Amino acid sequence: MGPRSKTAVRRTLRAFALELVIYGALVTGYFFAVLHFLGGWLVQLETRHIRVYAVVAILLIIGQAVVLEWVTTGLLRLLRGGRSE
Amino acid sequence: MMFFPISHAHVNPIYLIVVGFVIGVLGGFFGVGGSFIAGPALRLAGIDWNFAVGTDLAHIVGKSVVAAKRHRALGNVDLRLGFIMALGTIGGAEVGAQLIQMLKRAGSVNFVVSVVSIVIYLGISGFMMWESWKTLVLSKRQNPQRTSIARGGKSDESAFQHVTKAIQRWRIPPMISLPQSGVTISLWIILLVAFVGGLCSGFLGGGAGYIRMPSMVYILGIPTHLAVGTDLFEIIISASYGTFSHAIKGNVDILIALVMHTGAAIGAQLGAISTQYFAGPKIRLAFVPLPLIGAAIVIYTMFTGHKL
Repeated sequence: MGPRSKTAVRRTLRAFALELVIYGALVTGYFFAVLHFLGGWLVQLETRHIRVYAVVAILLIIGQAVVLEWVTTGLLRLLRGGRSE
Repeated sequence: MMFFPISHAHVNPIYLIVVGFVIGVLGGFFGVGGSFIAGPALRLAGIDWNFAVGTDLAHIVGKSVVAAKRHRALGNVDLRLGFIMALGTIGGAEVGAQLIQMLKRAGSVNFVVSVVSIVIYLGISGFMMWESWKTLVLSKRQNPQRTSIARGGKSDESAFQHVTKAIQRWRIPPMISLPQSGVTISLWIILLVAFVGGLCSGFLGGGAGYIRMPSMVYILGIPTHLAVGTDLFEIIISASYGTFSHAIKGNVDILIALVMHTGAAIGAQLGAISTQYFAGPKIRLAFVPLPLIGAAIVIYTMFTGHKL
């Protein structure tokens, strides 16, 4: 591996480590909020309206996937100077 | 430890995020839902198999959305094949979920699912190790000077190709042309492969990519990179259906799935981006240890009853 590619790998790893730290902080706050605000409501829904719970469960996980995808892509772009890969 | 009231389980959320991240990387790279690790890992954390299966499916929906989007951008998704396979998978998943219900009523769900999963994981690992190793040795003998980089990251060969070609010659109408994958094959073969994948998905949990991705390569003859991307796309549809089916049977703790998915979202992107640097046989050979890890966790849990 040449010195230029070594530098590139080091830069990528540093950007990824930084991304992990920022993402980790965001996610920790997020999921404690989700558990706090949605937990009780979801338990009620699961007990009383199981079909509605099933639909809400799918919508929640897809919604979270789309939002987190935006966040991770945005972070990758930001930390790697406009490139997402 | 955190209490999850839907499944009545106490689980460490950091453990769930780490499991999600690892499965995300593996899923993005291999095109699998990762249930062969997620199911046993949830079981190891003290969650009953029926909840492990259903919750894992929900988490896989989210992770596959992220990874499939990334693969689509890389040109690795055959939408036509994905939609056709989703039909067969949904049928199989429903049969699998019904079998789980039967076993739950009989009180033997943990034992039976454990034994079946061990047999399937070991079988897939053994076969893929043999095939990909043989393919790499054969291609080295034929082209000793050419490296996978010289051939391009997406190059693909298979030592099992003669069987794939024989299957493609079965002209049972209607025949389906898949220009993006470069294959023309009977609709019934696609549906059968998808049904078996769906059955495993409903019965063992996850998207069953561990059986569908190799089946797409070896039976349908789809190039590995396209099999990975298309499998992930198809998993979104089939795992959503599986999640709904399991949720109305009371087998999904969506709070656990949401926590796991926070780790998976970043891992899935990383895994998907990495595929462009590896040739097909190398991706398949690297896949071999994964079902073995799943089998080892199931065996460990079965014989020790240990929970984290």
